[in-house]
Amino acid sequence: MTDGHTRAVAGTTYGTGALLVLGAILGLFLVAGATDSVMSFHGVLFVAFCVLGVYWLIARQFGGEKDAGRAATEDARYNDGVVRAGVIASTFWGVVGFTVGLVIALQLAFPVLNLDLPWTTFGRLRPLHTSAVVFAFGGNVLIATSFHVVQRTCRARLAGDSASWFVFWGYNLFIVIAASGYVLGVTQAKEYAEPEWYADLWLTVVWVVYLLVFLATLWKRKEPHIYVANWFYLAFIVTVAMLHIVNGLAVPVSWTGTASYSLFAGVQSALTQWWYGHNAVGFFLTAGFLGIMYYFIPKQAERPVYSYRLSIVHFWTLIFLYIWAGPHHLHYTALPDWAQTLGMTFSIMLWMPSWGGMINGLMTLSGAWDKLRTDPVIRMLVISVAFYGMSTFEGPVMSIKAVNSLSHYTDWTIGHVHSGALGWVGFVSFGAIYFLTPVLWHRQRLYSLKLVNLHFWVATIGILLYITAMWVSGILQGLMWRAYDSLGFLEYSFVETVEAMHPFYVIRAAGGALFVVGGLIMAYNVWRTIRGDLRDEAPVSSQPSLAATPAE
Amino acid sequence: MIKHATIEKNSILLTVLTLIVVSIGGLVEIAPLFYLESTIEKVEGMRPYTPLELAGRKVYIREGCYNCHSQMIRPMRDEVERYGHYSLAAESMYDHPFQWGSKRTGPDLARVGGRYSDDWHVAHMIDPRALVPESVMPGYPFLAETPLDFSLIEAELKANRTVGVPYDDVMIENAAADLKAQVDPDGEGVDEMLARYPKAQVRDFDSNPSMISELDAMIAYLQILGTLVDFEAYQADENLR
Repeated sequence: MTDGHTRAVAGTTYGTGALLVLGAILGLFLVAGATDSVMSFHGVLFVAFCVLGVYWLIARQFGGEKDAGRAATEDARYNDGVVRAGVIASTFWGVVGFTVGLVIALQLAFPVLNLDLPWTTFGRLRPLHTSAVVFAFGGNVLIATSFHVVQRTCRARLAGDSASWFVFWGYNLFIVIAASGYVLGVTQAKEYAEPEWYADLWLTVVWVVYLLVFLATLWKRKEPHIYVANWFYLAFIVTVAMLHIVNGLAVPVSWTGTASYSLFAGVQSALTQWWYGHNAVGFFLTAGFLGIMYYFIPKQAERPVYSYRLSIVHFWTLIFLYIWAGPHHLHYTALPDWAQTLGMTFSIMLWMPSWGGMINGLMTLSGAWDKLRTDPVIRMLVISVAFYGMSTFEGPVMSIKAVNSLSHYTDWTIGHVHSGALGWVGFVSFGAIYFLTPVLWHRQRLYSLKLVNLHFWVATIGILLYITAMWVSGILQGLMWRAYDSLGFLEYSFVETVEAMHPFYVIRAAGGALFVVGGLIMAYNVWRTIRGDLRDEAPVSSQPSLAATPAE
Repeated sequence: MIKHATIEKNSILLTVLTLIVVSIGGLVEIAPLFYLESTIEKVEGMRPYTPLELAGRKVYIREGCYNCHSQMIRPMRDEVERYGHYSLAAESMYDHPFQWGSKRTGPDLARVGGRYSDDWHVAHMIDPRALVPESVMPGYPFLAETPLDFSLIEAELKANRTVGVPYDDVMIENAAADLKAQVDPDGEGVDEMLARYPKAQVRDFDSNPSMISELDAMIAYLQILGTLVDFEAYQADENLR
């Protein structure tokens, strides 16, 4: 390694160290002055994080030759360590997030499972589920894959050695603070933006370092062009920063307490929140994961991206149009009509870039379609793009005011989110994890492709059960709410419509259970691959040998 | 004509252009809401929450009620007949943040105030299925048993004032006293509290005089929802222009 590199590593080490010492002192103040028990708990967590961080930095800096030697040979070219940690964290949080989802699905079917304790009711566990899957699972996938992709496509090592570890651990600390906060009753009450002000501030620090690490790696690139996947990652990082900061503006009740009041109220608060909320979908769950699509599908298919021109059009139209779509969450509310109509119009226009991106992803398989038969990983990536196409068609349909008047407030919305989240985000992430595991741990291949195939089918059936149940329950409930009898009275009381949901809630929970099982199969497969095991099995083929046996 | 290759080769240019492109939509849609008459109109009757209602709202938020209950009645025939007059922007003008919700696993609560008795709420919170067998709502028996912590109530009002809620100095000074007065109709300070917060409901909401519980606060909050604006007197077309 060059002198410059060593100096840069030492520089970020001291910088990170100073930040952590400062953090530990701040944390001690929080613990000492905490006005509520959750704040003192989170203060202790924060101090522990900073102290462990400093210890780790010192151990690395003055550690034995052995460690340094290993790092020099194994990870000289690329920093794969932090990506490996990200793959493990993603798998872990995925299983946790899906499981909490199953629990709350069962609570809706069988309310006794709420246990009537403060920490186990649906109201506190639902944010735990959404944050665990979106931010813990999705966020770790995005950080890990972006760190992998930016290094490979720039042919440069990740900038700021300890800074990238700070991003990984700092982000996961944010997850733990947010998640434990929800269970203990600390929330800002804004969907997908529930973490309180101090967690928000911490995430802002982590996110700025993330942006700097990403940009600084781009600056080190040995390729003249920045690869398209990185445009999407960059847009994701920059836009999420903007959304998070504006929507999170709040005044704390006390500087040593957990509670705060949002800067905005009423209508302004509603639209700011859904501007944030819809673009958490648009930039966190779409742009970031499109970055994954643009790198991992071409890699796994061993084909170049279908169209460079389409990539450019896709990128700029997608990021321009998405940001306008927020008001479709507020149709027929007290939000002014013109804003609702604007939101609807842009949501419908958004269909085009979405499908442009889908076509670009799918057509990348031109000349490699046969791989669908033999490679379950590419099958996973391709079906994720198919689900992306489906839910980005369903979304514009639901944003039409007449449709929305029926679908809003019902399970149809929940089903729509899950076709995107389980089908698109889930499957594209699984594909990336299956791709990365053998590469990062230098294994010949995954432990078992048959298990990938099993995961694929179990999860696909689970998703289909989930979304069909939610279509039926959502449309049914929407129609029941507006049903009138022959005398002109409302036909159903509210609770009759709740009762009618029960069978669909059971089916949904069954679908969710299958998806959890799929996640567990993946975790097992990843674990065995990391251990270096290879399952003795025949190659995957769509023509099972039994089918070839002629009838007697 | 700039070629796209120029942007692709310059990370700062790419970042800045991205930031500009993603800023436009939000600016056009959100900024006007701070100036337009229909979104900032004041409607007769709206006032900030009493300290007890505010404390109840905090419990509502803490338990994540917004995950299943909306507070936004849309102007459709079935909604207006089921829940009451459609919601006005002004009715959530003191909600930092809004509680409109996005899902009705349970019914809308924008006008739940006065619909059920306090006793119904007490029994329903302890065991929803005792009153509504088909309900899927969790039970909240612990609310009745937990004393309300209002040690920071002054600071709560102050924080609200910082973000724009018109609590005056007298309201802030008397926050704790007003909170206690609202559950004690025979105690002192009730008239002063009512003068500061018209239409506030004063009674022992959970019928347990031995303590001010979280349930007291929760029911005080639920019972005021949607009751502040007098729709007999409200002229919807007054604000047309």
